[in-house]
Order: sequence, then structure tokens, then C-alpha cells
Amino acid sequence: MTKMPSNESATNEKSSHELKLQLLDKALKKCQYQQDALIEVLHTAQETFGHLDEEILDYVSIQLKLPPSWVYGVATFYNFFTLEPQGDHVCVVCMGTACYVKGAGDIIARIEQEFDLKAGTTAADNSLTLVSARCLGNCSLAPMLTLDGAVLGKQTPDSTVAAIRETPATTSVVSEETS
Amino acid sequence: MNTVDLQHVAEEEQQRQQQLNLRLFLCYSTPCLSAGAERVKNALDGLCDELDEEQRPTLEIVATGCMGPCSRGPLLRLARCDEPEEIYEKVTPEMACNIVRAALAAQSAAAEPLPSDFPFFACQTLIALENNGRIDPEQIIHSIARGAYSSLGHVLHEMTPEQVCNEITRSGLRGRGGGGYPTGVKWELVRKAQAERKYVVANGDEGDPGAYMDRTIMESDPHRVLEGMAIAGYACGAEQGYIYVRGEYPLAAARLAKAIKDAERRGLLGSRVLDSSFNFRIDLRVGAGAFVCGEETALMTSIMGRRGQPVPRPPYPAQRGLWGFPTLINNVETFASVAPIMREGAEWFAGFGTEKSKGTKVFALCGEVVNSGLIEVQMGTSLRDIVFAIGGGLPDGGTFKAAQTGGPSGGCIPADHLDTPVDYESLQALGSIMGSGGLIVMNETSCMPDVAKFFMEFCMDESCGKCVPCRVGTIEMLELLTRITDGSAMDEDLQTLEDLCHLVQETSLCGLGMTAPNPVLNTLHYFRDEYLAHIRDNRCPAGVCRLDQVPLLKLPEHAEQLTIFKEEH
Repeated sequence: MTKMPSNESATNEKSSHELKLQLLDKALKKCQYQQDALIEVLHTAQETFGHLDEEILDYVSIQLKLPPSWVYGVATFYNFFTLEPQGDHVCVVCMGTACYVKGAGDIIARIEQEFDLKAGTTAADNSLTLVSARCLGNCSLAPMLTLDGAVLGKQTPDSTVAAIRETPATTSVVSEETS
Repeated sequence: MNTVDLQHVAEEEQQRQQQLNLRLFLCYSTPCLSAGAERVKNALDGLCDELDEEQRPTLEIVATGCMGPCSRGPLLRLARCDEPEEIYEKVTPEMACNIVRAALAAQSAAAEPLPSDFPFFACQTLIALENNGRIDPEQIIHSIARGAYSSLGHVLHEMTPEQVCNEITRSGLRGRGGGGYPTGVKWELVRKAQAERKYVVANGDEGDPGAYMDRTIMESDPHRVLEGMAIAGYACGAEQGYIYVRGEYPLAAARLAKAIKDAERRGLLGSRVLDSSFNFRIDLRVGAGAFVCGEETALMTSIMGRRGQPVPRPPYPAQRGLWGFPTLINNVETFASVAPIMREGAEWFAGFGTEKSKGTKVFALCGEVVNSGLIEVQMGTSLRDIVFAIGGGLPDGGTFKAAQTGGPSGGCIPADHLDTPVDYESLQALGSIMGSGGLIVMNETSCMPDVAKFFMEFCMDESCGKCVPCRVGTIEMLELLTRITDGSAMDEDLQTLEDLCHLVQETSLCGLGMTAPNPVLNTLHYFRDEYLAHIRDNRCPAGVCRLDQVPLLKLPEHAEQLTIFKEEH
């Protein structure tokens, strides 16, 4: 599922891809290519590329001299790392106890219905990625969620859908912190 | 920097603060920010700029960490010289400006502050949280002015590692992450271990849903945690510490990173700490979203960059931990309690709490309660005091049904046991645990089998998959609970569920699996009639479950198919 740049803007994207690789190299050097720093390296990779595809995982495994299965194993073990590209907006709905008791389940159900997707996936038109998180630690705001990294507290299904629709589609700043 | 310099810096800063006419502390933690604290800050900054040359230097605005009553944010604390402090709740930009103008003109403001005997504050005993809401967590000088690193200086120059361990043992401090293992004993074990290297690890992987004590401590007073780790490092003979922060807490990680850098720059961490021969480095490790990493052995494998899967104990981390070396691993809140113990003495700390559980505990009080937020109470405070005095009871005239403690490893405490003192043993006797300190109040609209199902789903999701009882057992238990909540369960299922709970409890590898059945067993014990109502009467007393499925065997045609199925195989 390597995501390759498409036709005309190919050269542009190519150089940005190289720039990102340079950032990754910098992180690798900073940790002196220590195998124990795999998680930090993957954090950097996820931050720069938005997701971890096969190409990046292979690259990391070669650089750190780790078997690809090892790198893949770590990348898939942790919820934070995602192997799929994210949508234009990322909505993380907290499903911690306090939020659950106050009706976070209804919010997820409503978003799933409105945007025709399942929690943990991205909508077909790539407009939204919906993630359910295990407590984001803002229980006094229950039910709370983050939309592109911004915290929204005391939500209802209606207010959430409205907030997602109102957020301009141009912002492609994907919140890495919260998935 | 040596201890004399440290004291000098602290005194200088204290003097500067005393000379100020008015100090405004604005809670700048996530809940208050989302309630509009940033707008208040901008308005106050604007007001500051309008002031004349004479007044401006006498006023200071401090963006602090969490003050506690998060549901009442944004909070503004007003400290004037010679006058008692005032706290204003639900502050708007206009209101804040009015309050400050009135304070500057020495008039009484139109807005009413919270009463000074407001039970939310009056019933608390602040030790771990004593600096929260009184310092800017990003300014080390504020922490130093409130005594940060002075305990470390005292320990390094006046005490031997053995004395430090003894002091902690005598204080009766127990692990605040939930286990409740005596901290002093653990320190002593690591101190006595013979090894070339040793490590200190702070566990900030606070995964329990509904708990955010560690996040708040790390965000609001990071130096307190670092100081505690350094004292532990000295006591155990470690020169390297790791602080493992949950990936979901980017702000806490950023603040800690800054705090470590600031402390190193001033010689409070790093080599030759405070002019002694003690070296201590702290590195930050950011988790990547795995609940099981809160388990100590899993956390250590995660620090080493691997899949966060637990390993059997013994050997305990104190014997063989990170990279095979003895490792001391404590919760963030435990480390936050260390500095005050060294400062005030073990007897002082042991004076709080109950016979077996000393000191105080921080709880994240939330759910159906008027004043939700972060509280710190003496061990042994009754649940009733916490929920009704501090929490202000349930909103909208709701009836208390249960309080959930300990997250997915704990249980629900019913209304009959509201007068139970909250300490390690009493909660365990009730079939729950202290846990890391999440306390979620539920009213009559919460369905207990549904809550149990929620936690089981959580455990199933977060099971690392290493051992069979946890990996398969959680799925099967969830299936049974799903059947109970959708109406397709039968009497036998309840028995199967209970048997399975005991099996998983006894045979799992780590704490996650061993405690995963707790919410089920505990709710089965106290709310069995609710389970029975679901199964026998096809009714959900709380009105949560839809119960739209029918037991398979109750459909005649299915029953027939089943018999055929059985005969064929």
C-alpha cells in the first residue's frame, strides 16, 4: 500500500518526501542507530509522514538493523501508530469510563451514521478519520473528544457533527498526538 | 549550583513575589482552557497593558496547572499581600477584568468568590498537589521558590542512602499506582541489589479510563516528580532515570522535557547534582498507546523499544529490570510524595491516613457529580465525604447508585457501603481496588452489566495477546456479557461467566488479565438482581440495554437445528 505521488506534482512531492526522509535520518542519528530507540524513531516517522507505510517500516528496519518482522510487530502493537493514511480531519472520541457513562457511545454511533464509516477507519471520500480512544484524561469535560487536536468538551451527538462539518476542509494538519 | 545558591535563588524569588501587590493565578490546564481560560488571559493581559507605569510592575499573571474543581472552570485565584486568597469560578473575560480593577482599587468586586470554607477545598489535604495551581509549571524559578529541590539538597548532603530508604519505610508510603506495595521496601531491595548499573523508572502510563491524576501532576508540577526520582536514584544507587509518559498526554511530555532541560541547566540534575558526587540523568520516554504498558514488566520492555508485553515475575524488576539490571519502578504520584516526606519527616507523613495506609491519595472525581475534578484527601476519608461533601453530590437530584474505583481492574461500590473509609484494605475487602485513583460516580441510569461489559471490552481490546487465559478469556467473557445485555442469555450463561472469571483471574500472566474479571465479579456480587432481571425478566432496570435478541434455544426451529447439529458431529 505504498502511497506514491500522482502525475504532475510528482517532482514536488518527491522532494518533500526526501525532506521527510532527512528528518527521519536526523532522528536516527540522534539516537545513534540504537535498536532500543525503535519506538522514538517510529514516533518521528509517524509525525513526519502522518502514517507508517511499508516503505518507511522497511527503511527503519534496515537503518536500525532489525528484522522487518520486529519493526512491523512494534508498529502494529501500539495503537498510536497507524499504517493507513489519515483523513482530512481526525476525530478522536474519548471512550473512557466517565465519557462512556455520559453518553460517548451515542456520539460515535451518530458520527458513524452521518459520515458512513466505522470507528477506527477513514471515510471513503477521505474527509474524516474516526478513532475511539481509551480515556484522554479530561474526564471533567465528559463526554469529550478531540477534533484535529483541539479539545472539545461536554459534547452531544449534534454538537459534534456540527463541529466536524464546520471545520474547514483545507486544514490537513493531522493531529498526531491523539490517535 | 549548590544548596546555598539554591536557597538564595529561592529567597530572591520569594521576595520578588512578596513585593507584588497583586498576583493572579489563572488555571491554564486543559479543562479550564476548553472552558475559555485563554480568552480570560488575553483580556487580563490587555488590562495589564492599560495600567499606568506605577501599577503595572506590582501585578503578575501566572498561568498555572490544575487547581482542582475542573467543572467550575475557568478558575482565577487572587492573591493580595496581607489579605486572604480568593478563588473565583466560571470566570469570563469581562468578569476577570472587573475583579482585577476592583482589587487594584481596593474595592470589593461585583462577583462573589467561592466561600473560604468551600468544602471542596476545606476537606482536602494537599501533599502531592500542594504546588498545583500556585506555580507556572514551565518556570523552574516558581518551583524553586516553593522549595523544589531543597529536599534533594538536604538528602544529598546530610543523609546516607540507607537513611533515605529508612525514612521512606517509616513514613509508610505505599505505591500509588494501585498495587500498594510498600515503597520503602522496594527502594531497599534495589539499594541492596549488587549490580554495575541500576535504573529508576517513573510510571506515567496512566491508562485507567477515568483517571488523570498522573497527567495533572506531570503537567502542573513536573519538578516535583523529577526531584522525587532523583532522591530515589540517590537512595538506590542509580544514575539513570526514565520517565515513561503516555502517548495520549503530549502536554505532560512537553512540560517534563522542558523541566528536565531547565533542571539540568541549573545543575539540579545531570552530573554533580547540587555540588555533590551524585550524578543523575533523566530521560523521557513517550508511550504509543498500549494500556498493558502500565504493567511494570511491560513498561520496561516498551522503554527498551519492543512490544510492550509483560514477562513472568519473578525475577522482579528490583532484581532484573531494564537491560537485566535492578530497576526501581514507582508511580508518578508516589514520586510526587517523596520530596515532602524528606522535607517534613516520616512522622509527619505517617500522621495522616489510617493504620495501614498512610498519607494522602489523589483522586480524579468525575462522572455524575456536581464538582468534578482532582482532589487529594487523607487515606481513610469515607466515600460519602468524597462524593457528597467534596463532590457536592449528584447533579439534577440524581440518586447515587455506585462509585467505580480502580478502572478496569476495580469494581463498583454500591450505596450501602458509602461510609467505607477509602484505603487499600477496605476497598479490597469490598472487591474493588484503590487503583490509580479514578473515582467515577454513577447514578441510576447506569446499567451495571453494561458497565461490566464496557470494561471487559476495554480489557479484550488492550490484552496484549501473550497468554491464553487473558487473550481468549476476555473475548469469551465479553461474548457472555454481550448476550446478557442483548437479551439472548440464559441462566447457565451466568454460571459459565462466573467460572470463566475465576479461571482467568487465577491463570493469567500479568495484572491486566488477573484483574480483568474484577468488574464482573464485583457487580455480580452487589448487583446480581440486575443481571437476573436481564436474563429472566428480559428487562434492564436502568433502561440502557435494548434486549432485542432472543435466546437461541427458545426458538423451537433453532433448537431443532441444534440437536441435528449435535448428532452430526
